[in-house]
Amino acid sequence: MQYEAPPTLDAATALLAGAPGTARVLAGGTDLLVQMHSDIVSPDLVVDIKNIAEMRAITLEDGRYRVGAAATGMEIMEHADFNKVWPGVVDGVRLIGSIQIRGRATMGGNLCNASPAADSVPAIIAAGAVAAIAGPNGRREVPVEEIGVGPGKTSLAKGEIVASFLFPRRAPRSGGAYLRFTPRTEMDIAVVGFGVDLTLDASGTCTAAKVALGAVAERILVVDDAAKALIGTAIDDGAIRNLEQAARAAARPIDDKRGTKEFRVEIAGVLARRATRIAAERARQG
Amino acid sequence: MARKHVTTTVNGDEVDFLCETDQTLLSALRDELQLTGTKEGCGTGDCGACSVMLNGRLVCSCLTLAVEAEGKTVDTIEGMAHGEELHPLQRKFLEHAALQCGICTPGFLIASRALLERNPDPSEEEVRYWLAGNLCRCTGYHKIVEAVLDAAAEMRGR
Repeated sequence: MQYEAPPTLDAATALLAGAPGTARVLAGGTDLLVQMHSDIVSPDLVVDIKNIAEMRAITLEDGRYRVGAAATGMEIMEHADFNKVWPGVVDGVRLIGSIQIRGRATMGGNLCNASPAADSVPAIIAAGAVAAIAGPNGRREVPVEEIGVGPGKTSLAKGEIVASFLFPRRAPRSGGAYLRFTPRTEMDIAVVGFGVDLTLDASGTCTAAKVALGAVAERILVVDDAAKALIGTAIDDGAIRNLEQAARAAARPIDDKRGTKEFRVEIAGVLARRATRIAAERARQG
Repeated sequence: MARKHVTTTVNGDEVDFLCETDQTLLSALRDELQLTGTKEGCGTGDCGACSVMLNGRLVCSCLTLAVEAEGKTVDTIEGMAHGEELHPLQRKFLEHAALQCGICTPGFLIASRALLERNPDPSEEEVRYWLAGNLCRCTGYHKIVEAVLDAAAEMRGR
C-alpha cells in the first residue's frame, strides 16, 4: 500500500486520478481503517488529505461559513460561533461515535462514506450546504444531497474529493435541529435520523424550510412535502401533524437488526415533530 | 514495499521507527516501540482500549496509521506517572478498585485525563458521556466514574 500525504488539493486529486488500482482518501480514518481491518477494502493507494490546509479550516467568507471537509468533529464542536449559527449541524456532529472517534472523524468522511445513517449529513443537507468538489478537471459545487447515491456509493468521479462545505448566509430568525433514534444514548447507529432547518418571519410564520431524513432509504432523503407542510404556517399543531404525515410517507426503510420497517416509519414522524419544535424554538430565539 | 521511516515524539521523547504503510499506530507503539501499555480491544474504534493522545487529541490508535504520526506528538499511558509517583487518576483508580482485569484501564486513564484537562470539575453525567467510548466489561463503570470524580476533586484542591 502506497501512502501519500500531499500538501495541496491539486496534488491529491492528481494522485487519485492517476492511481492504477484501488485508491482511497484518508480523512479521519474512522471508517476506512475499519474497512481495511475487516478486508472490505485493500487499497493500493491511500491519500491522506489532512495536510491540506484549506481542507482543515473553518472560515467565514462574506458572512457564509466554509467548513473544510477534513475538519474534525471536535474542532467543529469547539467552534463557538459556528455552534451558534448552525446548532442543528452540530447536533448531528455531536452524535458521531465517541470523543475518540470525533477527535478524528470528519464531515467530509461522514458524507463520502455514504451511509444512509450518517448523523451529520441530514443536518448539513437541511442547512442548504453546498459541497465544493476538487477534481482532475477543476472544481465544481453541488448540493450536498447529490453526493451520496447508495450505501457506500457516491456520485464523485475518479480523482474527485469533497474539499469543503459552504453554508448559506443565515437569515434572521432561522434555526435547525437534528435528532436520531438509537436504542442507546451514545455509541450507536441511527435507526432513523431527522434534520430540519427553517426560517420564520417577524410574525412567526415559516418562510423557508428544508428537511432531510436519514436511515429510512438507500440514501438520505430530502423531503420536500415535509418542508411544504411547514412553509406558510406558524408551525402550529396542524402543520406539525401534516409534517409528521409527510415524513412517514417519504420513509421507505428496510427491516434490519436495528429496527423494523414499521417502527422506522412511525419514528420518522415522531422525530419530525420533536426536531421541528426544537428548530422553531431556536429560530424564535435567534 | 520498503518500510516507512517515521519520526515522532512519544511521551516527550523524540523516537523513530520503521513500519508498514498499513500498520496502525497501536501496532507501531506495541510492536516497534515496545510500549505495550496501550491495549487492543476491538480494533474497530468501539472500545477505547487503544486510546492515546495525538497532537493533544484523544483518539483511537487502532484507527490511526502509524505513518500519520510523522512529526506529531503521541502521549500514551507510559507517560502518565512521574517516575514512581502515580498520576492522581491512577492512584484513585487503585483506591476505588476501578479495575479488575485491567485491559481497559490505560484507555480509561488517558481518556479521563483528557477530560480533566478540559474540564477540571465535571458532573457525573459529563464523566459518563465523555467515557462513553471506553468499554469495561468488569466493573460496571460505577467505580471508574467515582474514581474520576474523586481525582478531579483532589486535583482541584491543589
